[in-house]
Amino acid sequence: MGNRTPGATDRDGHTLSGSGGAALPFLVSVRWVFQTLVVIPGLLLLCAGCSRTSAHSVSLLGSTSIQPFAEMLAERYAKDFPGQFVEVQGGGSTAGLQAAESGLVNIGMCSRSLTAKESLVFTPILIARDGLALVVNPGNPVASLSIEQLRALFAGRVTNWNEVGGKNGPIRPITREEGSGTRESFVRLVMGEERISGRALTQESNGAVKELVKGDPAAIGYMSLGLVGQDLKAVAVEGNQPTALNVLAGRYHLVRPLLFVSKGTVHPAAQKFIDFVLSPVGQTLLATEGLVRVR
Amino acid sequence: MKRDRVIGAILLVVAMSAISGLALITVFIFREGVPIILRVGAKQFFLSTDWEPSLGHFGILSMLVGSLVVTLGAAVIGVVFSLGLAIVLTQFSPPGLSSALKPVIELLAGIPSVVYGFVGVVTLVPLIRHWLGGPGLSVLAASIVLGVMILPTITSIAIDALQAVPRSYLEGSIALGATRWQTVTMVLLRAARSGLVAAVILGMGRAIGETMAVIMVAGNALDVPRSLLAPVRTLTSNIALEMGYASGEHRQALFATGVTLFVIITLFNVAALAVSRQRDGRGRVR
Repeated sequence: MGNRTPGATDRDGHTLSGSGGAALPFLVSVRWVFQTLVVIPGLLLLCAGCSRTSAHSVSLLGSTSIQPFAEMLAERYAKDFPGQFVEVQGGGSTAGLQAAESGLVNIGMCSRSLTAKESLVFTPILIARDGLALVVNPGNPVASLSIEQLRALFAGRVTNWNEVGGKNGPIRPITREEGSGTRESFVRLVMGEERISGRALTQESNGAVKELVKGDPAAIGYMSLGLVGQDLKAVAVEGNQPTALNVLAGRYHLVRPLLFVSKGTVHPAAQKFIDFVLSPVGQTLLATEGLVRVR
Repeated sequence: MKRDRVIGAILLVVAMSAISGLALITVFIFREGVPIILRVGAKQFFLSTDWEPSLGHFGILSMLVGSLVVTLGAAVIGVVFSLGLAIVLTQFSPPGLSSALKPVIELLAGIPSVVYGFVGVVTLVPLIRHWLGGPGLSVLAASIVLGVMILPTITSIAIDALQAVPRSYLEGSIALGATRWQTVTMVLLRAARSGLVAAVILGMGRAIGETMAVIMVAGNALDVPRSLLAPVRTLTSNIALEMGYASGEHRQALFATGVTLFVIITLFNVAALAVSRQRDGRGRVR
């Protein structure tokens, strides 16, 4: 044991064995003192920093489906109203509700309908509606699926693309994690009472689903219509293409609300941001990104 | 003298606060997690593969199996490369090469896990999907990524263990006419065995606790993996995936998942400690 280099003993000595030399504890403690002296004031400074933020800034947290749109709105808002800041974080719809309830943020973002219990607590503001698009790899010839087929496919009852009009090959459904607003909307709109197969790959964000479908010819996933982009192919559901126009006309039925939620009265600064989102400028911005305007 | 005592007292307080932090965390996760295991029933919780929190089904068997399989895979890959590296660096390479390679290996430990995950998703996963089939996100991908991640841990401890073997053993072996390779396999590895085992166990402890990289490359399907190419969800990924959303029983069940993980990792560390104690004990007799 005597031949260890000092560096190796520092790192591994604690966990491996108590056989460090007699001089070692002293060396370690000097480092501890140093770290304590540096780290604790650092943390205090950091805390002082965060408590100062709430004056002019509005904070949003929640659904990763709304997040990119909220970031875009926030950017425009900061440009149009200098001195105003909006902070946007992801985390998921349910996390957004929790954060709004605890007062951690001014506004929670939720990309599904509130449950009966939740609507007793929160005031929802509908900022836009969003189609739920079913996406496949651009190389996949399947162009249209029925709700019944989608259900069978995600429940794992149909496992080959040739059963739904595609090429011979396995189907790999991709789902979102338990508690995601997108998942809950999908379950409500498509699955009904049936359960999503345990074999479905689970990804924790729209971006991850997108990346996977882009690279895998056998994959099928679901995501916000506004996030589909150029790399994926959105399939028609019951013969209707998922477009904002079809959503507005009521022809495309996989639609969910995008909500800002708050508990009790909204902070004036946050109210100003909400007004901006609902203004023609904000609504047009959302519409150009593929969402369906509400005003 | 007085100053010494003051500094000693301050250090004691600091040290104790670090330890009490650990104690608090332990108490907290057990208090949150254990009740639901008792309510669901230990058998149901650990031996059912049915995980559907919204319906009140809490069975973590598939994730338990997932964690163990991925960790084992990582250990196999990690052991082959780490032991190879450790043997080469201590016995066969010119000193210049070892002193250049060692920092590089240690640098591997400093790369954030999300970077490993990202590289895995972008390069490894498409390769597996293209050449071996399946979704690409798989036990194999997770094992390879984790195997690389635990390489520095195992290598540096293994090097320590190999260097701790008394020179006289090696010289004695050479003097008896053994070749260098025979010396390595018949003397060096045997003499350092307990240290090497401890290195591997600690590496496995790190692998089973890794989260971010695994979420990105493992596919996270809720099914007991039936092949190396099947997607898998580990205990850590399950917590990280669902924690942000969970409330009520679901949240408690995630804490119970954490309790399970805690117990497994503690067992790993105790095993590593026991093995390395054994080595120290033998050292003293000598």
